[in-house]
Amino acid sequence: MTAGETQQAIEAIFRIERARLIAGLARLVRNVDLAEELVQDALVIALSEWSRTGVPANPGAWLMTVAKRRAIDAIRRDKMRERKHEEIARELDGDCDGTAEGNEMAMNDDLGDELLGLIFTACHPILSADARAALTLRVIGGLTTDEIARAFLSSEVTIAQRIVRAKRTIGKAGLSFEVPRGAERAARLSSVLEVIYLIFNEGYAATAGDDLVRPSLCLEAQRLGRMLAGLMAEDAEVFGLLALMEIQASRLPARIGPDGALLTLTEQNRARWDQLLIRRGLDALARAEALGGDGPYVLQAALAACHARARSPADTDWPRIAALYDRLRAVMPSPVVDLNRAVAHSMAFGPEAGLRLVDEIADAAALRNYAPLPAARGDFLFRAGRLAEARAEFEAAAKLTRNVREAAFLLARADACG
Amino acid sequence: MRVMVLVKATEDSEKGFVPTPEAKEAMEAMGRFNDELRNAGILLDADGLKPSSQGKRVAFDGPRRTVIDGPFAETRELVAGFWLWEVKDMDEAVAWVKRCPNPMPGPSEIEIRPLYEMADWQWESDAGGHGNP
Repeated sequence: MTAGETQQAIEAIFRIERARLIAGLARLVRNVDLAEELVQDALVIALSEWSRTGVPANPGAWLMTVAKRRAIDAIRRDKMRERKHEEIARELDGDCDGTAEGNEMAMNDDLGDELLGLIFTACHPILSADARAALTLRVIGGLTTDEIARAFLSSEVTIAQRIVRAKRTIGKAGLSFEVPRGAERAARLSSVLEVIYLIFNEGYAATAGDDLVRPSLCLEAQRLGRMLAGLMAEDAEVFGLLALMEIQASRLPARIGPDGALLTLTEQNRARWDQLLIRRGLDALARAEALGGDGPYVLQAALAACHARARSPADTDWPRIAALYDRLRAVMPSPVVDLNRAVAHSMAFGPEAGLRLVDEIADAAALRNYAPLPAARGDFLFRAGRLAEARAEFEAAAKLTRNVREAAFLLARADACG
Repeated sequence: MRVMVLVKATEDSEKGFVPTPEAKEAMEAMGRFNDELRNAGILLDADGLKPSSQGKRVAFDGPRRTVIDGPFAETRELVAGFWLWEVKDMDEAVAWVKRCPNPMPGPSEIEIRPLYEMADWQWESDAGGHGNP
């Protein structure tokens, strides 16, 4: 192996270990920044040692041993630390018997728990959703600030500041980097799931972009979701979110038309859906349902699965979709869910059913100037044979949308009303 | 990127599964490795293949189709098992493969092959691309 190849190999190992190392150290030193620094130092040492001695049998434990030794040094140096540093140093000395083997045992036991603790801390609700996403991508995903900035169409300075502030907030709040237990766990978990889905949606919305960093956010979120499913094998919503992301991602290859425009579910060539991801999504959904899940992610995944199972748009199980929207509405009330529910009911039970439901929500403030509302109403009226009313709705919708292609489509539907 | 990680066959694997204590131990070690892959979020799929004696080949030549029964001779070129991983690059895949416990009692090989992606299928005249079949 050349020196360059050795370095590449070491960096690949480092990328695999990085999040777990930061997680283990952050819990000890109660400081993400310091943990990151220690891990970086350990890498520098590994680069020089391993290029002479070769990569050790358990590189993760080796890196942890080195980083913990540096932690002891750092704590002894820094007399200003709030925690009684002698106490931590003693704790560390006991924990770290100087051999990689000793650490390997300690590591394998706590590994999952520490990583999970770091995920929960990075996604703590005291941080804004944007800050949570940036910090999670940085410390768990291992993205650089530049990559995160490009992914969120932001500047590197902004993202760097966001991450610094987030770490400071975590430090000030004295968070323990533990996995929350009991009642707190559910609330904190929903914050974690929200961040992962936010990352996924940033990528999903960007499929058409030129910068590949943005679509790769989907992969990053799926990876986080799979990780979480491995670490929290008993939580239905974790599998619900994973199922939802896998199924939505299965459509990525089919979403863009030849002219670069986004295609709707009905327009997509279903032969291009990724069957591996669909199968993985359906498996995760089955697991979520077996765990008794009926939370928002499980239900949304079940909805996505209805489309994934349909070989053509005509095969779609609309009565099932309508029933799922009835349940989703109860756990995730939102005017947009209500509107989708109306559409599902119209497909399952006829346009009058859709009209009845859509008229119940026509006055919702959140749907004012929301083009899909008149567009849906226009469709129901058209199918009910009330063409003049339908035309007015399509024209109203065309005025509201900012998407040129959609406006043209709506105007064509208005014209079709005669 | 997706990679297929192929465990190549050996004389041992071609004999088929024999429930020895060593085989059990090896299976458990592989199970732990699979857990690690799963917890890292990279494992998409995995399975083991029965020996080639239970396989068949279909040879194509113009309109002709000839079925050939296993076993097949070139043992070291056969596949005994596979994983499908989603990794960032080949370096990451290699780093993971190096952690794999010995897949066979004797010397053996694991081969890593990247999958074609959407972007690889672009014809110049066709911006939409020919995606998965």
